Amino acid sequence: MGDEAPTSVAEKDVDFVGIQHSDRFQNLKKRHRSFVFPVLALALLWYFAYVLLAGYAPEFMSTPVFGSINVGLLIGLAQVLTTFVVTMLYVWYAGKKLDPVAEEIREDAARATAGEVR
Amino acid sequence: MDATAGSNPWLNIGIFAAFVVVTLVIVFRASRNNRTAADYYAAGRSFTGPQNGTAIAGDYLSAASFLGICGAIAVNGYDGFLYSIGFLVAWLVALLLVAELLRNTGRFTMADVLSFRLKQRPVRIAAATTTLVVCFFYLLAQMAGAGALVSLLLGIPDKVGQGVVIAVVGALMIIYVLVGGMKGTTWVQIIKAVLLVAGAAVMTVWVLALHGFSLSALLDHAVATAGNPAILNPGLQYGASDASRLDFLSLGLALVLGTAALPHVLMRFYTVPTAKEARRSVVWAIWLIGIFYVFTLVLGYGAAALIGPEAIKAAPGGVNAAAPLLAFELGGPLLLGLISAIAFATILAVVAGLTITAAASYAHDIYANVLKKGKAEPGTEVRVARRTVVVIGIVAIVGGVLANGQNVAFLVALAFAVAASANLPTIVYSLFWKRFTTRGALWSMYVGLASAILLIVFSPVVSGSPTSMFPDAHFAWWPLSNPGIVSIPLAFLVGAVVTLTAKPTEDPAKQSEMEVRSLTGIGAEGAVRH
Repeated sequence: MGDEAPTSVAEKDVDFVGIQHSDRFQNLKKRHRSFVFPVLALALLWYFAYVLLAGYAPEFMSTPVFGSINVGLLIGLAQVLTTFVVTMLYVWYAGKKLDPVAEEIREDAARATAGEVR
Repeated sequence: MDATAGSNPWLNIGIFAAFVVVTLVIVFRASRNNRTAADYYAAGRSFTGPQNGTAIAGDYLSAASFLGICGAIAVNGYDGFLYSIGFLVAWLVALLLVAELLRNTGRFTMADVLSFRLKQRPVRIAAATTTLVVCFFYLLAQMAGAGALVSLLLGIPDKVGQGVVIAVVGALMIIYVLVGGMKGTTWVQIIKAVLLVAGAAVMTVWVLALHGFSLSALLDHAVATAGNPAILNPGLQYGASDASRLDFLSLGLALVLGTAALPHVLMRFYTVPTAKEARRSVVWAIWLIGIFYVFTLVLGYGAAALIGPEAIKAAPGGVNAAAPLLAFELGGPLLLGLISAIAFATILAVVAGLTITAAASYAHDIYANVLKKGKAEPGTEVRVARRTVVVIGIVAIVGGVLANGQNVAFLVALAFAVAASANLPTIVYSLFWKRFTTRGALWSMYVGLASAILLIVFSPVVSGSPTSMFPDAHFAWWPLSNPGIVSIPLAFLVGAVVTLTAKPTEDPAKQSEMEVRSLTGIGAEGAVRH
């Protein structure tokens, strides 16, 4: 059939409460949240600063910088740039700090359930 | 300067027909393994991150992005640019908070995640309801765009003829989704995304080349043609009054918080085998979407420079016709035919994605899990989904005929507002807030949904102004056309207050399981092996 994933049989035997309380998992959770929350907050703050400037300080946004290119256009393009930067930063962080820990926990859980079944 | 007279309808139809034939062949080939629910809804979870990311871009860069934003920039200048920035930054919410955790905890639909540790039936019903409403708004926007295109490209000015073409587009979409399921839909989106980004890239380089590769020279030209230096500055569309400035903020809020709550975007994360591939999908999508929006900036100002806002507004199809008109101006009937075929393909692909999402939500959440209490016969769920596809297709056709002529970027913005109000608070709370309860989820979803829709009904969008759906009726007591600034914070607040004022009755073990699974991927379903 192929509808059922191979892990779903063993899933019921996984000690989720135990894993949740383990130091390793708490550490993973902390690492995840201590990155995504502040970074997202900063990105959204920067975005809303842009929206508010466009709405309430149009004179400032209309200041020409070079040629006909004004502050508003540059800040808009800077938003695109910062979005790319945050994306790549997260990919780097997740690959280095999150994925290895998550994989360890996953492998240990698989080993533990395999042991019980046998 | 009359693109309608200069274009060749048969050429346009020919190019579009070629696209349909090629994609249909692919869809039929892809549909051989469409037996189980995981195949039909989630393409067997067998797409790679880059493939899925391209499909997400194909799904997301709808007619609203292409036609609507180009038109908005061409006519309203800088204010059109805000849409694209909001649409892009929004992906950070999806990347950082939602994509991977959702992939790890759900199977097919948004409701899978929301009901994971809460009471199944009521939460599923609520989540399926909001899914269907958001999909409906989004569908309407796409089909309205189809009408505008038809009038421009095929030289069909009367509404009846346009209605017939909308019906043909709807019927084609039904075939794609019935036969191809998620796999077929995904391939259509991938092909369309590649064509769209490539087409926009060619036109962007072309426009820049005409202006000596100087953005400043292009802007000068746009100002000269428009006869209005204000198109470079914020405020042309939204700067008129205090209410319109607040509307601008409300729109910005809805755009940035809506994406991560769009059911058809969320469902795409289930088509990859792991959370890591879900992350790669988002990264690919962000790059493609970001680059594309920079293109639309050039194309929008290019249309303003080479055609002029007044000529665009007067053209059949109005504001939405800016990009096709620009294509005609640059490359004559052939480029117009190509770009129009891509725009048609865009509508087709996005509508297909929305339809399969809505059908999956009905069949999986309502039919299988609520009506049959999770004990549906194997196979019947997919059969129900297929029947739902036909119903939704018909609804989309009728809605599209009725919404013909509305600005599509604007209608999509409403879909974003409803998604951000009804879905996002519950998604975030259930992933990150241990104490969150069923009551909190239900109140947040229904209050968010109802407040967003009521505020739209009593806004100038629906009545009281010359551009309203009902210009002669007057019940618009709410001054903003986008409800986000009220309905989104309200939904967050209600979810929190209701949760905190009652003792949680949910099983704490389910919370442990959800939290562990969301971060580690234990027990997440992998790719289907055939």
